[in-house]
Amino acid sequence: MRMAALALALLAAGGGEPPERVVQMVARRFTYTPDVIELQLGVPVVIELTSADRDHGFSVPDLGLRIDVEPGKTARVRLVPSKAGTFAFHCDVFCGSGHEEMGGRIVVSGPVPGGAAGAR
Amino acid sequence: MAVRTRREFLQIAGVGGVVFASGLLGGCSTPGRPAGAQDDFYFVQLSDTHWGYKGPANPEATVELPRAVELVNALPRAPDFVVFTGDLTHTTDDDQERRRRMAQFREHMGRLRVPTVRLMAGEHDASLDRGAAFQELFGPLRYAFDHKGVHFVVLDNVSHPKGILGDAQIDWLSNDLKAVPAGAPIVVFTHRPLFDLKADWDWTTADGSRAIDVLHAYPHVTVFYGHIHQEHHHRTDHIEHHAARSLVFPLPAPGSQPNRTPVPWDPSHPGRGLGLRDVDADPRQPSYLLREIPLASEA
Repeated sequence: MRMAALALALLAAGGGEPPERVVQMVARRFTYTPDVIELQLGVPVVIELTSADRDHGFSVPDLGLRIDVEPGKTARVRLVPSKAGTFAFHCDVFCGSGHEEMGGRIVVSGPVPGGAAGAR
Repeated sequence: MAVRTRREFLQIAGVGGVVFASGLLGGCSTPGRPAGAQDDFYFVQLSDTHWGYKGPANPEATVELPRAVELVNALPRAPDFVVFTGDLTHTTDDDQERRRRMAQFREHMGRLRVPTVRLMAGEHDASLDRGAAFQELFGPLRYAFDHKGVHFVVLDNVSHPKGILGDAQIDWLSNDLKAVPAGAPIVVFTHRPLFDLKADWDWTTADGSRAIDVLHAYPHVTVFYGHIHQEHHHRTDHIEHHAARSLVFPLPAPGSQPNRTPVPWDPSHPGRGLGLRDVDADPRQPSYLLREIPLASEA
């Protein structure tokens, strides 16, 4: 009985939908690492952001996304890209001289047979 | 012999700028206001000095503010007031240095030969300390005043690090405007645009639409702002929004390049793209004649 329960648990954990891709980003004055994220149209992704120094923001107005990025916390935002293109993101919490340069871009491309996207 | 207003003189002399009628009823007399040329007045808008900036976008950044003061003092007639729409100083992590820059800025402004100087903060002045130093040296972050029949409102969309106005300020604005006579012209000064000019460059105010909603109920509203370091004109329904040039470095036109890095310094044309503005107000129309005054030759 215990073996059956364990097998069911493993099936639940390992079967069905594959785990969603996670992209980890670090925000620090006045950069994001990475600052370019390449995504596939329709493929869900979770972006996890942490701060290496102080409060920042992560805002992608054209995708309707924004989240606070605070030291000691992991901010998560889930995204299923529904349109291809390049979308700028930026810090929208003023963080000092250089704040205006703190940004990057999300590049969403259409499905490529056999291809895989990754964060740089 | 008829006495010409300053506006008429500027237009006849061919040195006037562009007239923007304000509101839903342009050309109509403002209810409850006496007519008369004495109601005309003008003010000067300065913006975005970033005093203390050191960088390649302007290697001569200490020149521009004194030059702007000279230009204002050389105007044939002194404006009724000068308003400075934020980013008086460039930001710093050092609180003492911030106060030092503000004190130096104040010294320069003290050389203006005008009756009144109205100051307001930009995010470089106020975001890192939530406006503590600004209030200490210059006074409140938001306020209102009346001048010759126009109600002026200074909004603070910078001291909150997220660049928002916030619930309390929206309520304050609503209550302040309730006391304004019906149909009176309203001028709003902000640092950041209240509308979404280019949100992915942070040229917006996250809750600015709430202020616009409040202002929308009033027929004659004009907004003057800074932040984007260039002349820009926009309309949300009947509300006009006018951005002023900077006094440190110009920024690119919205969306004209991938990011908002400053227009590169051109040593053969120092000061190009920088300037100030005078605004001739006719509260009876109401309308505003905007005249851009370049800091250096535009040739």
